[in-house]
Amino acid sequence: MIIAFDELKTDYKNPIDQCNTLNPLVLPEYLIHVFFCIMFLCATEWLSLGLNMPLLAYHVWRYMSRPVMSGPGLYDPTTIMNADILAFCQKEGWCKLAFYLLSFFYYLYGMIYVLVSS
Amino acid sequence: MSNTAAGYNSQNGEGKPPCSNGPIQNPVMTQAPGQGYNTAAVTMHPQHMPAKAPLEQPAGQYHYGCYQSAPPASMYQGPGQSAPPVSVYQGPGQSAPPVSVYQGPGQSTPPVSMYQRPGQSAPPVSVYQGPGQSAPPASVYQGPGQSVPPASVYQRPGQSAPPVSMYQGPGQSAPPVSVYQGPGQTNMTRPPSRPLQPHQGGSARIAAPAQSSTPPPVSSNSFYPGSQIPPHSHWPYGTSPPMSQPSVGSPANHVTSAPSQPSGYGIQNSPPQGPPAPLNSSVQPGQPSGYGIQNSPSQGPPAPLNSSVQPGPAPPPFNPPSSQTYQPGRQPFGPPPPLRPAAPPTGQLNNAATPLPPAAAKQEVPGAERAHIHNSFDALESGGRNAAQHPPQMGRAVGLSYPSLPPGYQNMAAPPSAPGMQPRSQPYPAGAQSFQQAPLGPAQLGSALGGMSLHQSQPPEALRAINLLQERNLLPQGPVTPPVPCLPQDLQRLNCSPEVFRCTLTNIPQTQSLLNKAKLPLGLLLHPFRDMSQLPVVTSSTIVRCRSCRTYINPFVTFLDQRRWKCNLCYRVNEVPEEFMYNPVSRSYGEPHKRPEVQNPTIEFIAPSEYMLRPPQPAVYLFVLDVSHNAVETGYLDTVCQSLLDSLSLLPGDTRTKIGFITFDSTVHFYNLQEGLSQPQMLVVSDIEDIFIPTPDSLLVNLSECKELVQDLLKGLPQMFTRTLETQCALGPALQAAFKLLSPTGGRVSVFQTQLPSVGVGALKSREDPNQRASAKDIPHLTPATDFYKKLALDCSGQQIAVDLFLLSGQYCDLASLACISKYSAGGVHYYPSYHHLHNPAQVEQLQRDLKRYISRKIGFESVMRVRCTKGLSIHTFHGNFFVRSTDLLSLPNINPDSGFAVQMSIEENLVDMQVVSFQAALLYTSSKGERRIRVHTLCLPVVNSMADIFAGADVQAITGLLASMAVDRSVTASLSDARDALVNAAIDSLRAYRSGGLSVQQPGLVAPACLRLLPLYVVALLKQKAFRTGTSTRLDERVFAMCQLKYQPLAYLMLMIHPALYRVDNLTDEGAISIADRTIPQPAILQLSVEKLSRDGSFLMDSGSVLYLWVGRNCAPNFITQVLGVPNYTAIPQTMTQLPELDTAESTRTRAFISWLREQRPFYPILHVIREESPLKASFMQHMVEDRTESALSYYEFLLHLQQQVNK
Repeated sequence: MIIAFDELKTDYKNPIDQCNTLNPLVLPEYLIHVFFCIMFLCATEWLSLGLNMPLLAYHVWRYMSRPVMSGPGLYDPTTIMNADILAFCQKEGWCKLAFYLLSFFYYLYGMIYVLVSS
Repeated sequence: MSNTAAGYNSQNGEGKPPCSNGPIQNPVMTQAPGQGYNTAAVTMHPQHMPAKAPLEQPAGQYHYGCYQSAPPASMYQGPGQSAPPVSVYQGPGQSAPPVSVYQGPGQSTPPVSMYQRPGQSAPPVSVYQGPGQSAPPASVYQGPGQSVPPASVYQRPGQSAPPVSMYQGPGQSAPPVSVYQGPGQTNMTRPPSRPLQPHQGGSARIAAPAQSSTPPPVSSNSFYPGSQIPPHSHWPYGTSPPMSQPSVGSPANHVTSAPSQPSGYGIQNSPPQGPPAPLNSSVQPGQPSGYGIQNSPSQGPPAPLNSSVQPGPAPPPFNPPSSQTYQPGRQPFGPPPPLRPAAPPTGQLNNAATPLPPAAAKQEVPGAERAHIHNSFDALESGGRNAAQHPPQMGRAVGLSYPSLPPGYQNMAAPPSAPGMQPRSQPYPAGAQSFQQAPLGPAQLGSALGGMSLHQSQPPEALRAINLLQERNLLPQGPVTPPVPCLPQDLQRLNCSPEVFRCTLTNIPQTQSLLNKAKLPLGLLLHPFRDMSQLPVVTSSTIVRCRSCRTYINPFVTFLDQRRWKCNLCYRVNEVPEEFMYNPVSRSYGEPHKRPEVQNPTIEFIAPSEYMLRPPQPAVYLFVLDVSHNAVETGYLDTVCQSLLDSLSLLPGDTRTKIGFITFDSTVHFYNLQEGLSQPQMLVVSDIEDIFIPTPDSLLVNLSECKELVQDLLKGLPQMFTRTLETQCALGPALQAAFKLLSPTGGRVSVFQTQLPSVGVGALKSREDPNQRASAKDIPHLTPATDFYKKLALDCSGQQIAVDLFLLSGQYCDLASLACISKYSAGGVHYYPSYHHLHNPAQVEQLQRDLKRYISRKIGFESVMRVRCTKGLSIHTFHGNFFVRSTDLLSLPNINPDSGFAVQMSIEENLVDMQVVSFQAALLYTSSKGERRIRVHTLCLPVVNSMADIFAGADVQAITGLLASMAVDRSVTASLSDARDALVNAAIDSLRAYRSGGLSVQQPGLVAPACLRLLPLYVVALLKQKAFRTGTSTRLDERVFAMCQLKYQPLAYLMLMIHPALYRVDNLTDEGAISIADRTIPQPAILQLSVEKLSRDGSFLMDSGSVLYLWVGRNCAPNFITQVLGVPNYTAIPQTMTQLPELDTAESTRTRAFISWLREQRPFYPILHVIREESPLKASFMQHMVEDRTESALSYYEFLLHLQQQVNK
């Protein structure tokens, strides 16, 4: 996603194409995240769940305040080229990537810890 | 979606199909299944039936097509079948009721046939009339999968087919067999009938342009003159024989098209009516390198000689052909050396030019460059991405010497009420001199630019502190003039006209932090396609551009020596091409800096073939008219049809111009205007869920060939629907049909709509609650309700279609949703609230006048605009009607002279070591004559590093315009109250910044620099605009329309809309009058917009841009009433009066001269309303009194007090 926005900014890729490729990916990402949260809930991993709750809330808010669109997704090709929105989307992408990476290693650590300790 | 995807394709064509910026070159556009119509058919109806019925028929029965009581079932009519040869044209849904019945040939019924409206009979049956009544086998119904190779194919949507190619070779005629391929009539499915037909049609079409028109791949060679190229490379889009023929056939044509001169230069220096310049004749055929400059408004064919430059559409019809010749001394920005009046003998010219071809031939095109050239629009119009490879060198070269020149603003102590912010006299004698003596070389430039370092020994006039609370009379006597950039005289003389290109800060701050401190918005206001009375046009096979950033050469580049120039945007050093060494104006060699490109900030190039991705499209106009009951009630059809009839010949275009009509109520009606018919045929498609085009090739017809049919239709159209009872309105399907109809070519769609769309896709619901209008704190529903119109607009934009919306309605129409169709397809919105032909005659006149302008104004098709700026600056946001395709590229399917753009800028890197920055807007478009043209504007501004200088260069009108656009954005994305707060804060912040940063001595009161003294007034005016006002009852549509206007009107008209001009006109004198063309035009002073300025014994004219109000006081001098208004006394003034009588009195002449002078300054004709003190229109007059207090808004003085409180906090 970050790469995509970077492309949009530097490589001048067509915003319509870009939005069409990105928009179908938004909901799956959110759903996977929700799925993870539910799994944590089932496993009563309260710490992990607590770490993920803010992002979950953010996702819900973000999707509620999306522009008027008929299809799924967040990104509107007419406004995406606005410098502020593009910068915001890019920043959001970076932050989420960092969060996912960190949490991945944390889960990995947790799994190994559990395996070793059991 | 792959359809649009292909159309939009990526910008930089490396490795990607070169179909980016709009026109798509490959003839088989990758059109998705479901979109295409195979229209390889040349003639759908080889033999046309004689007209079935007269157009005007007694109402109630529509005698169009035959009414046939055919059951809505599918009938398969094999070709061999001989029995009643009725082929049923079947609608898309096999079982669905809406079935269009195609009436086949051989119908034995009497020629008068009835058309029954779908609403009357239960299953909506559309009947349409078949071809050739007498020729039974003419229409062959073909089942799926079958194919008759040479047939013309009618294909249903939903089956993939290559699209229509406009540029069909004339030899393409198919045998007179029409095949209507329907979706599986027999097996009741919709089979993928891929096989033969589409393929054949497609290949035939590919062949057609290849033979007749498209430039072969070698055409890039024509980039280099003199190389051995087949002659056709100069008119590579020879698809339109009528177009290129005049040039070929013209005996004196030695310029571009004759085979023997690959690049001839011709100069047309005379206005059309002028004698052919001797220059032309001096360029002989066979000259190796040529050059065409046409510096005339070229209304008609300029001179028989100059066939190189097509009579351009440059000036619109209403521009009087100016008699200015290209005498540089006389024009404002012209080149200094006047062209020699007598052309040098040909021999000399030949001498000068003959060395060219070998040199040029030697000049090898580097492979990479060639690839770059071929890179379609990216190469054409893109900025290079490797700009970073070339570090800025200007700082080194330019900043060498700073002789201490007179301080910038020293002798600018002008009288306080001078209209200009800065006097126009330029205080740079030394710099100017040195520059004039040696126009070359960076060192001189550096010394010249040294004059810009502003020493603040004495505050300039623009910075004079004004206490706004004490000084009341802030308005200048005349119009507010933009500040003049503080540049050396030479550069300023070459700078772009502020009417075209304006910057909010004429002194650019050096860093973003400085800009943030100044709290002023940085941005550009553009009016790129403005009607110009004088525009140099250059025909050249080589358009000199920077290799890395693709900037066009402009007056602000520096020539390092004879052979090299340095780009002023990216600072790359480029070679001067051999061809450029020759100066066609002075006819001398070795003076590249005297070329017109380097002498004119605004110039137009006739683009060679590298700038096309497909042959230039013809002018295509489609009118989509609402004919539902509500629409007929308003009576607008009469006006529109009559206006079109009157102005049909004024439609810009050439012999290829096409026109078409669609009407809609709950169904969509097409009009077959095929040549050969004796009357227009109406085809009804009632299946609005899945709209399709019944006969794709006969609905858009050549205007010149089918003019009579078009006129017939326009005469008959208003009567056709007088008794209609259909109240539903299917705008969405009609727009989809228009999109499908135009997508092969692109063009302009004009939609006339009178009510909320209620059926089909894009149906809307009323969202406005009238009771909440005045009371609501925040205005909801400023955003579109559906994204259907936005999506369709994006599709249109990809296919080079622009949609102009005319909304004539008294009720709520949800303009916020509807306007999207125009906003993203670069169209325009026109709104006539409560239009009615009887009740509102002023609106009728307004519509007539607007339509006249709309139809006859200049138009550019398939255009893109790129805005480039010096490295370090970057574009933040665009405002206007367009689709942003990349960070600096706007896609504009159409461009018209009445649209403006705003660009917000930000400073990304510090502009240290730079003396000046430049902005360049390049607009690539296809003229209505089928020429590809590039209009380039370049603006150069100085860079400063102190707050005082920033404030000194602030352009208050441009700032207001940009603030308005930003506020519109804010009110859509956030809320209206946010936007209002932002406007107020903008004023507070800038004044506070001035107080803390720009002011040396603290003064009491609310202090503003002289150049910004009008900012609070303009902000108050904006807050009381229809767009932003609260508290007053404002209809949502009117509010949204005002917002649209704020975004896309050019600044000059925008300012009048924000802050109208008020004049007292009962005592006009000739004192200070100006004289234009034997008319004396009085110049009354502009008054403040306050009721205190009105007096009962006077008469006042208010000019709000689109409307003029003449307010007559109760005790107005009887002299004025009788002499100007032509009525005996005050009480005899009629309630509605929109014309001033032509009386033969001095007062009347003066008043009318003044009013017509005001009207001439703008494209659309403002209606004059004469109002008395108690007229109903008084409210709309009084709402413009922005300095006064209303129930819900502060007065100007109260606002100032509020500001003072905030600023001094």
